[in-house]
Amino acid sequence: MPASVLDLQGVLSSEKTRSGMQSSYSLQTSAGTTVASGVTAQMIRQIIIEQSKRAGVGHIGSGLCVADILAALYGGVMHIASPADPDRDRFVLSKGHAALALYAGLHLRGWISAEELNSFCGNGTFLGVHPEHGLKGVDFSTGSLGQGLSFATGAALAARLQHSCRRVFVLLSDAELNEGSVWEAIMFAGHHRLSNLVAVIDMNGQQAFGFTKDVINLPRIKETWSAFGWNVSSVDGHNVQEIADTIKGLDTAAGAPHVLFANTTFGKGVSFMEGQIKWHYSPLSDSEYRTAMMEVGKTK
Amino acid sequence: MRGAFARTLTQLAADDPRIFLLTGDLGYMALEPFADSFPDRFVNVGVAEQNMVGIATGLAEAGYIPFIYSIVTFAALRPYEFIRNGPILHKLPVRVVGVGGGVEYAHNGATHYGLEDVGVMRVQPGITVIAPADHLQTETALRATWDMAGPVYYRLGKDDRTVVPGLDGRFELGRAQLIAEGKDVLIVSMGSVASEAATAATKLASKGVSCAVLVVASMNPPPVEDLAAILQKYRTVLTAEAHYGVGGIGSLVSEVVAEQGLECRVVRCAIDATPDGTTGSQAYIYARCGLSADALAERALDSIGGVALCQAR
Repeated sequence: MPASVLDLQGVLSSEKTRSGMQSSYSLQTSAGTTVASGVTAQMIRQIIIEQSKRAGVGHIGSGLCVADILAALYGGVMHIASPADPDRDRFVLSKGHAALALYAGLHLRGWISAEELNSFCGNGTFLGVHPEHGLKGVDFSTGSLGQGLSFATGAALAARLQHSCRRVFVLLSDAELNEGSVWEAIMFAGHHRLSNLVAVIDMNGQQAFGFTKDVINLPRIKETWSAFGWNVSSVDGHNVQEIADTIKGLDTAAGAPHVLFANTTFGKGVSFMEGQIKWHYSPLSDSEYRTAMMEVGKTK
Repeated sequence: MRGAFARTLTQLAADDPRIFLLTGDLGYMALEPFADSFPDRFVNVGVAEQNMVGIATGLAEAGYIPFIYSIVTFAALRPYEFIRNGPILHKLPVRVVGVGGGVEYAHNGATHYGLEDVGVMRVQPGITVIAPADHLQTETALRATWDMAGPVYYRLGKDDRTVVPGLDGRFELGRAQLIAEGKDVLIVSMGSVASEAATAATKLASKGVSCAVLVVASMNPPPVEDLAAILQKYRTVLTAEAHYGVGGIGSLVSEVVAEQGLECRVVRCAIDATPDGTTGSQAYIYARCGLSADALAERALDSIGGVALCQAR
């Protein structure tokens, strides 16, 4: 079918509403404002360390390395005045094992209370190791790698058909590109020119059981995405301002879908975790916790 | 049934703008009525069933009722985890439409058979599972369920001509349909093999055996009350399905018998082995697997061990 078919006038207006508390933060999201003060990468990292220690769970390094990306998105890039707004931007954490970073962002945004945050990995909570859609502001449950980009592609297609200005952001890991389903979505979104879709790839070079260059190398990965019709950018994944400015410069109203390759360091911010496979799963000991908190407390 | 599906869905879509149809590059000479009528609500996603389910999940989250269409095995099995984590987990109204249940794609070989789809879908409490027996029941079932909450799996056949005698297109969610009365033995069937069961009952009648036939299309929710009410009347019950013996109607009837404490022997007529590569027409495979009308009638006779021993109580 021609790509133009999906450009035809949609027939729906989204009537879906979401109950939920209003953010206690006053955030500007107008063009020109990139990062709001309520959400910082440093605070996200502190929450990751605190909560993972309190709950005694791992996936710490995976969260730390996307803290700056989440800070950019939840600190002002995304237009998300309220979880109840049907036209708010959507975010899909396709690398669901970094959920703690997302919870931190939602908490700092005011959508998750401190009490809820402290229920992380407890009993009777929605805040598990991977995000569940029952949680306010989480539209899609993830954790099975390779599914988020398809969900996001459908969400972006729906927004176009409904003439909504909402954009769909999706964060994938580089190892997740091993999944064949990701490439199905890449081809579809490129063919149908879903300009309101923005994928961010966490290029930390690591996966659960090795380094990506050793497991499945990704040669010419940017050229490959480009060949499928995507607009490709590269950013320093630990420079919040650069991430925000790059996304702000994207034309999400027309043209190709967008992919940002964010160069990151696994475990960023905690010296003994950086680049270490061990910290994909390991929880923190008491002494490691103290060192980590000291280091993220100093992280700018 | 696929023709009835496409025609009915096109009619429904005229009145409800939420209906959206996605295909995994299949449906040539079947889906054109919809595609031509609603080009803005039809998309061929290509040969990419996982992505098709993912996109449907995203569309449903935004308020659409997406139908995804492919051959049974490509619609239900290839993207199974997407179906589980997408529409089922999110309780979204995605409709998975699989065509060619059982061995309908006969000569196409084992890669095109759908022998476990109802089983793997039925183990999920969060998805409605419907396996119509003919094209008339397909239309009724679709009209009864297209806008219900949560996901639905439709297991359809390709046949748009055969009519199961006595069914008259009846369908009701959570109910079973009796299409032939009988006092000696009962055959409970799922899917288009119902026509073989109906013929088997006729053949048995010619031998002096009175055989009832019950059609179950609503596999989830299962028609537990209907089944329990009728099963208690028979000492021996046959189940018939173009499906493996585990997970389909044979399993469902066995569950009801066990859970209700009924004194009823269940004889499962199903595909009982992994296909060995031998191909042929559907009729040939039915005969080979004991699902033809002749085979079902013979199995019924063997099972009751003589009419005198198994009169209805």
